[in-house]
Amino acid sequence: MNLKRILAVVKARNREFYRDKAGLGWNIFMPAVMVLGLAFIFSSPEENLYKVGLLGGATDTQSTPFLDTRHIRFIAQNNEAAAIEKLRYHRIDLLLDLRAQPRYWLNELSPKSYIVERLLLQSYSNPSPPIKRESVSGRPVRYVDWVLPGVLAMNVMFSSLWGVGWVIVRYRKNGVLRRLRATPLRAGEFLVAQIISRLLVVTLVTLIVFAGTNALLDFPMRGSYPALGLVFLSGAIALVSLGLTVSARVRSEELADGLLNLISWPMMILSGVWFSLEGTNPWAQRIADFLPLTHMVDAARRIMLDGAGLLDVALEVSILLSIGVVLLTLSARAFRWQ
Amino acid sequence: MPALIEVDNLVKDYPGVRAVDGVSFSVDAGSCFGLLGPNGAGKTTTLEILEGITDADGGRVLYLGAPRDEAYREVVGIQFQTTAMQDFQSVHEALQLFASLYSRHRPLGELIELCNLGELLERDTRKLSGGQRQRLLLAIALVNDPELVFLDEPTTGLDPQSRRNFWQLIEGIKQEGKTILLTTHYMEEASVLCDEIAVIDRGQIIEQGAPEHLLARHFPRALIRIPLHALSDPANLPPGFEARHDHAVAASDDIELTLSSLRQQSVALDELHISTPTLDDLFLKLTGHGLRES
Repeated sequence: MNLKRILAVVKARNREFYRDKAGLGWNIFMPAVMVLGLAFIFSSPEENLYKVGLLGGATDTQSTPFLDTRHIRFIAQNNEAAAIEKLRYHRIDLLLDLRAQPRYWLNELSPKSYIVERLLLQSYSNPSPPIKRESVSGRPVRYVDWVLPGVLAMNVMFSSLWGVGWVIVRYRKNGVLRRLRATPLRAGEFLVAQIISRLLVVTLVTLIVFAGTNALLDFPMRGSYPALGLVFLSGAIALVSLGLTVSARVRSEELADGLLNLISWPMMILSGVWFSLEGTNPWAQRIADFLPLTHMVDAARRIMLDGAGLLDVALEVSILLSIGVVLLTLSARAFRWQ
Repeated sequence: MPALIEVDNLVKDYPGVRAVDGVSFSVDAGSCFGLLGPNGAGKTTTLEILEGITDADGGRVLYLGAPRDEAYREVVGIQFQTTAMQDFQSVHEALQLFASLYSRHRPLGELIELCNLGELLERDTRKLSGGQRQRLLLAIALVNDPELVFLDEPTTGLDPQSRRNFWQLIEGIKQEGKTILLTTHYMEEASVLCDEIAVIDRGQIIEQGAPEHLLARHFPRALIRIPLHALSDPANLPPGFEARHDHAVAASDDIELTLSSLRQQSVALDELHISTPTLDDLFLKLTGHGLRES
């Protein structure tokens, strides 16, 4: 590895990025606009599908007709403390315990929680239903607070995948790679340069988006900043490596675009960025465990919302770095200049 | 003069076609060697194998008598037929980038002067004209002060003035003692620049030598043309002449003798045209329609 050559390519790639004003604007403002848009959208109760946790499992529906209500999914919960956490983080909209002493918990900050409570109380003929009301305790979490770590992670994903994968295919197609190959630059040096360049871009853009949206939304950041940085960095390494793997031999920009979409859309849906996978098909949850975005989102949420530190997210960071090392090895072996 | 690069029985196959079929030649240090041939003849593939961009399926390439190693890339400069730069960079930045990729490089100021890039240094590489772009690509090919320079159809697409300006640049490089290996299908370019040429067709070299020797080998000294309408009896051509389209044409090694013969037959010489054969004529003779039919 020749550091001088690597730095020369890093510099050229960075220049290409920051001088492309349209691309730069898109990279910074798109995620910020997305976060603000979500904050606006989820401030009004528009959804018609609710999730209610049910402690102790199914009960006689005749005695509690609420369980027959349409458009509500009832999800069995075994652990009361864990279920309350889910309610606090908007993963369920209400928690219900219909056993010996019926009671329910709601999240006062959740519009959906409010609606489901209305439905629950209306299902009783008795104006004073024999069920006790409880609110989740602890620090409040708005939906936008819950979704923001996912949006930041998703931005890292898009920037990493397209910023490396698509660009390399473009270089291959228009002959830039061929020209570089004619120099002493080695494939490994070129790949390392692409990774360094993209990690710098991802870091800078994430910092700007984080600071900008925080100024507007004042979201919680209860954990360790170094831990959050490490999570995004290791996630970016995993996803840049995934982008390199996709682009190792592809010559068509259209094919590269299709492959990157094929990878990113399932990740966006299954990694719990927008909504919890609570109560969904177990297969979907199993697949999600293999996706780097899942680990990045989970770790970032635990840091920002639960105050987790470096050691608390060590597992996720290890998984992300392992994915990165495996994919980087694969891509380096598969890489073709032409 | 020792051979800088030797090519021995080179073969390259692509699905359904043998692009290079047993090509052998050597290039002396300090000379300019031209590969000539029609489109698809195998010139670029041969050049790419020599550049180390494409692997051959057979044969060998020796540099200074030995197989090429990693250091080879440090001593060769390449100007591809078509190439793209990374976006959003100026001419000066492009030169700096490529200079950084070599363990040693020529002073950029010297290179800028050699390739006449002084007024273009801050210009975006995407906004260069064809001639300016070729000058930049030549400068990049020379940035490591190479011993051997590959130029793949360096003036294709340039207007005649830009082409002649580019030839002057290459003449300058030749005077520095660089060895040049170029492909072209401009015969004038080959005759101006090359000390030796190889005519390649269907992946094989069909003729090779110094341009003047090849012309002497294949043609008489002069071609004499008379329009048919200038003859009193076009059906009865003067001795040694044959009809080609609307002209009577004769090849002659003794122009005086041919002209005397025409005067004796009272042929009007007002519209007579005498020309010496060029590489264009050689190219057509060697790779023309008749050859393909055979």
